[in-house]
Amino acid sequence: MSRHYGDVRAVDSVDLEVGEGEFFALLGPSGSGKTTSLRLIAGFDQPTSGHIEIFGETAEGVPPYRRNVNTVFQDYALFPHMSVRDNVAYGLMIRGMGRKDRYLAAEDALEMVRLPGYGDRPPSALSGGQRQRVALARAIVNKPRVLLLDEPLGALDLKLREQMQEELKSLQQALDITFIFVTHDQGEALSMADRVAVFNQGRIRQIGSPEDIYQRPRSRFVADFVGSSNVLEPSFVKDLTGTGTWASLRPEAIRIGDEDGHPATVVSRSYTGAMNRIGLEIRGVRLTATVPADVPVPAVGASVTASWDAAALHVMGADA
Amino acid sequence: MTVLAPAILPPGGGVLARLSDLFWRRPSVLLAVLLGPPVLWLGVIYLGSLLALLAQSFFSIDEFSGLIQYEWTLKTYGELLHPANLDIILRTVLMAATVTLAAAVIAFPIAYYAARYARGRWKALFYLGIMLPLWSSYLVKVYAWKLILAKEGILNWIFAKLHMTWLLDAVLGIPVIGGNSLSVSYIGTFLVFLYVWLPFMILPVQAALERVPVSLLEASADQGGGPRQTFRHVTFPLALPGVIAGSIFTFSLTLGDYIIPQIVGSSRLFIGQAVYAHQGTAGNIPLAAAFTVVPIVIMGFYLWGAKRMGAFDAL
Amino acid sequence: MPFDRQKRASLGLTIAAGCGLAFLHLPILLIFVYAFTTEEKSYRWPPPDLTVKWFSVTWNRPDVWEALGLSVQVAAISTAVAMILGTLCAAAVARTKFFGRETISLLVILPIALPGIITGIALRSAFNIADIPFSIWTIILGHATFCVVVVYNNAVARFRRTSGSLIEASMDLGANGFQTLRHVILPNIGTALLAGGMLAFALSFDEVIVTTFTAGQQATLPIWMLEELVRPRQRPVTNVVAMVVVLVTFLPILGAYYLTRDGDRVAGHGK
Repeated sequence: MSRHYGDVRAVDSVDLEVGEGEFFALLGPSGSGKTTSLRLIAGFDQPTSGHIEIFGETAEGVPPYRRNVNTVFQDYALFPHMSVRDNVAYGLMIRGMGRKDRYLAAEDALEMVRLPGYGDRPPSALSGGQRQRVALARAIVNKPRVLLLDEPLGALDLKLREQMQEELKSLQQALDITFIFVTHDQGEALSMADRVAVFNQGRIRQIGSPEDIYQRPRSRFVADFVGSSNVLEPSFVKDLTGTGTWASLRPEAIRIGDEDGHPATVVSRSYTGAMNRIGLEIRGVRLTATVPADVPVPAVGASVTASWDAAALHVMGADA
Repeated sequence: MTVLAPAILPPGGGVLARLSDLFWRRPSVLLAVLLGPPVLWLGVIYLGSLLALLAQSFFSIDEFSGLIQYEWTLKTYGELLHPANLDIILRTVLMAATVTLAAAVIAFPIAYYAARYARGRWKALFYLGIMLPLWSSYLVKVYAWKLILAKEGILNWIFAKLHMTWLLDAVLGIPVIGGNSLSVSYIGTFLVFLYVWLPFMILPVQAALERVPVSLLEASADQGGGPRQTFRHVTFPLALPGVIAGSIFTFSLTLGDYIIPQIVGSSRLFIGQAVYAHQGTAGNIPLAAAFTVVPIVIMGFYLWGAKRMGAFDAL
Repeated sequence: MPFDRQKRASLGLTIAAGCGLAFLHLPILLIFVYAFTTEEKSYRWPPPDLTVKWFSVTWNRPDVWEALGLSVQVAAISTAVAMILGTLCAAAVARTKFFGRETISLLVILPIALPGIITGIALRSAFNIADIPFSIWTIILGHATFCVVVVYNNAVARFRRTSGSLIEASMDLGANGFQTLRHVILPNIGTALLAGGMLAFALSFDEVIVTTFTAGQQATLPIWMLEELVRPRQRPVTNVVAMVVVLVTFLPILGAYYLTRDGDRVAGHGK
């Protein structure tokens, strides 16, 4: 499917298949087309060309209110003029469910997101994390076949985000429905998703399991964006292996101090808690290595050796 | 879940549901439905009338029969250049300029105080204190000044009580702007214009001043700028777009008004009165239409200049 | 909010601001005093004595009631038309991006930006050309035209503050366009519309310049007052009417202010 805005190709020939019950992440920098793809699935935008199917049924020409797909918005989009309970029960009210039944269902959903008894409050009286949960409850109360999440954790602070990651994961398993979520945080995508699609400039660069994406990036962009891989230029790789291609090397795969390693100079070091991050220079090329914090770190300027397993050097394509 | 709900729900019945689907599939249809009525009303009825009026300014009137001759001519615009008509235009523009300047001077302290010092309840009070006079009846305001400026009215009474009648007489003795009494002099007309349009100046100036960050003023003070210098080099230039935005109102409103000079002032005409007179008893629609082009052109240039100075952001 | 760290204004500024506000309000207060004067023939100050008899005299004047009735009718219908047109226009401009949005905004503002006399004479000559006889409907046509802008301004401001994803959220949850309008859009912009409607009412109720051109024999209250100003018949009655008009126009202004005070300002610039 494609979506063009004038000359801007927000989503350009994206071909994507998500399995039932899958936890799927759309990962990419801002403006890469991941949110537009989500909006195409939800039905807020219509594809310029191409085809969307939801569980085998054609979704073109079907407005969002007729798709059994619900969305958790980045800004939560809670209705400010309704209580939390009415917010959660909104979808059921539209479907014509009676007041008593829908309030019971809303309370159940609030319990599921661990906000029991919050129904009477206005959304403005809730914290960011609580609003996020209400938005989640409002979506799942309708028992959608697919739940779409647009940067669901973007506005939360670090600790809350980690907690919500786990909750989302267990919620998905409990509900056993498809989750598709958009994020620019590779850590989030890797830790939560069953499969990840990496977006850049309106195209999918790679689809695969988190391990695939992390260990075997297929292109420079993916290696760069997912994690903090060392991207090695063809000339340098040719010196090492004899073939001139792009390659990536994970910082944690570099060992320092092996006798038969490449001679290197330490140019920087920084302490990041669990790890020490060391900047190395090998034949004029800068590499980053991470070593556990309890390993002694050579001083800046020291000459050391660096080495890695041949398998750790991952050869890949050259695209941007 | 044992029974799976369908992924796509069937279309709803009823006209509204189908209409809603249509609006979603074709947003341009929705846009047309939304824009249709207002564009028909404003674009066809209003703009149409306006263009018809402008077209008539290119016709002329036969001096003997008094009938309109439907032939394209610039003759009517030539009539605008008669000394009597030029006088009217010049008089109106001068009045508009004077009123605008005076309004800016009086508005500034009020706006400055409201933007910088008034808070909480006082702020609301200040805001209403400007909004209520702005919105209260135009005619009542003019009427109030007729009461004030009357010979037996409060202003004369105050001057008499203060034993300063001589001062008032001296002011009224000034040629051109003076007159027999305040209510038949240009001074009177000026005062009423100033009063009626003043709130239109205060609001945009206040809005502009509220956007001046305190840190800028502190930076200026930090650089050794005294209060006066800070005002001259920082506050005033930043408030200027607001002043210009306000002046658009005061200038335009003065140019087009015909009721105030009719009720308070000398018998010499302003543009608005000339338009009214020519379209009414004289039946000279072409000349009236040509006269209306004058404020339109003046305001066109004015707006163009104001836009270049960034005044529209302060509206 | 930018405020000076020094909390108090200088004495000069306080006096200047105070005098300015006094200049704005004293003339209106003066009207209130004149409504009670016993003086009939002139605008004498101070009033020789005070009385309330002019209120009953005014109460029994059919021409005042007629003018008031016409004004209320005109204002009510014009407001209704302006609310529909202004809301539609605001929805189109705020919700969608299309070629010519700026032009639409300009078109809405034009009737109020151009001097009233131009709007008035343009409509009058158009009525003449089209052979439309003057009636209450010609007055309404003129009033609705310049009232659109105040409703539009209020509605656009509120639409801008209302997150666009609310509408998407509603549709996402199964509500079609009309259900979304009823359950989400109207509750969120309702107070802004009401405020805009009140201002439009006040604007129409008070309008005189355009009305002089679009009214035939009918006199709205402002037209009645204008007649009295040019050719005074019974001055005390005019005084009482003036005072009542001030009080009556204050109510919708205060109402509009309270409806919109948290957030967008009453669009007073549009007047």
